[in-house]
Amino acid sequence: MSLPTGEPAEVLDCLGQRCPLPVIALARRLPQVPVGTVVRVLADDPAAAVDIPAWCRMRAQQYVGAASVDGAPAFDVRRVA
Amino acid sequence: MRDPRQAGPIDRDENGVGAYFDAATATPLHPAAREALLAALGDGWADPGKLYTRARRARLLLDAARDTIAQVLGVRADELSFTSSGTTAVHAAVLGGLAGRRRTGPGFVRSAIEHSAVLHAGERHVRDGGTETEVPVDRLGRVDLDAWGAAVTAPGVALASLISASHEAGTVQPVAQAAARCRDAGVPLHVDAAMSLGRVPVPGGWSLLTGSARKWGGPAGVGLLVLRKGTRWVSPYPADDRESGRWPGAPDLPAILAAAASLHAVHEAAAKEGERLSALVEHVRATVAATVPDVEIVGDPVDRLPHVVTFSCLYVDGEALLTALDRRGFAVSSGSACTSSTLRPSHVLAAMGVLTHGNIRLSLHRDTTPEQVDRFLAELPGIVAALRAEVGM
Repeated sequence: MSLPTGEPAEVLDCLGQRCPLPVIALARRLPQVPVGTVVRVLADDPAAAVDIPAWCRMRAQQYVGAASVDGAPAFDVRRVA
Repeated sequence: MRDPRQAGPIDRDENGVGAYFDAATATPLHPAAREALLAALGDGWADPGKLYTRARRARLLLDAARDTIAQVLGVRADELSFTSSGTTAVHAAVLGGLAGRRRTGPGFVRSAIEHSAVLHAGERHVRDGGTETEVPVDRLGRVDLDAWGAAVTAPGVALASLISASHEAGTVQPVAQAAARCRDAGVPLHVDAAMSLGRVPVPGGWSLLTGSARKWGGPAGVGLLVLRKGTRWVSPYPADDRESGRWPGAPDLPAILAAAASLHAVHEAAAKEGERLSALVEHVRATVAATVPDVEIVGDPVDRLPHVVTFSCLYVDGEALLTALDRRGFAVSSGSACTSSTLRPSHVLAAMGVLTHGNIRLSLHRDTTPEQVDRFLAELPGIVAALRAEVGM
């Protein structure tokens, strides 16, 4: 598995959680990490693929990209604000 | 069994304070439709295909309904057929349009935000060996015309489908420009005009057009299928001598008469009513943005349907929001995953790349009052705040 830009500093395991719980987990955690840090969200809810990038846009954070970890969808977000 | 007549009016809850805001799914029956339906139940049951006097009278009524609707649409009466719903009209248009040009190729082009009826017809086409190209939309839900032009110009395209305006985001599509690209490529265009008929004009240039009476205040169970003269189309179903071989089975004459009477009525009032509803939608867009934090108002703010407004509330479960509003008497629709039987978010919202959770669509109609809208707007911020508090946000 490869990432567009380096390894994430932290992984939030939201597998099995329904929308909007993965986004809520991200929104809680990201402000607690230093600016520049990448947080990875593992989320298999179909809405996460749309809602995590949308959250980044609304909150002016950087959506780094999607990946697959052991077959589970992963979404990387960098705190920039 | 409970007597269904005991159910109260759908636009009121027990306290009489709620409102029905889901006209884009089903618009309350227009008084002209009710009147025509009741009148036709008495003498509109005879088969218009027979030769005796009673049947010829039914035929005259059917012809009159066809003439009325054709006139509103600006098409010839013999180009218009009635189907048993908007969905079946779409299936017939897509599958019949593809079958009619099978020798040209197997290609079907559609936007990413078509109604599920178009998606389902496309799936069937692909299962039967055809191909399908999905054309993306921008953040406002408008189809990418360059991608559309490239897709219809590719070799082997038999048909293209474009919705006249998004049923979920309200964004009006560039139908005239898309039709021009199709014309240049020699590809017939199907326009799914269900959201626009009786409300806003639909540009020309298409070969096939479909509509649904319950979207404009007619009864459920009446679809429109328009095939412009010279359009190549082969019925995807076993055909009989009904509707010029385009839709089998005896037509529901009373429902068709009601559909025609209501379309005529709403068409006459469309400009003024559109202005009224559009101002209410603008009021909703501005007020929700100002009073509900972390909300994304979806769709084009200007080039949109007059009666549809959609927004998504961050950190809110769409089903919980819909249920909370229902408890307060407000009937709305949602594109959030948790409200769908498949637990997948709306393909329209996903294609636009907008927030899909906490999503609500309001669609207004002729019985919608400013007071109802204001009551909704007064209650919404508290409901959203309470739901966020439940999840600690």
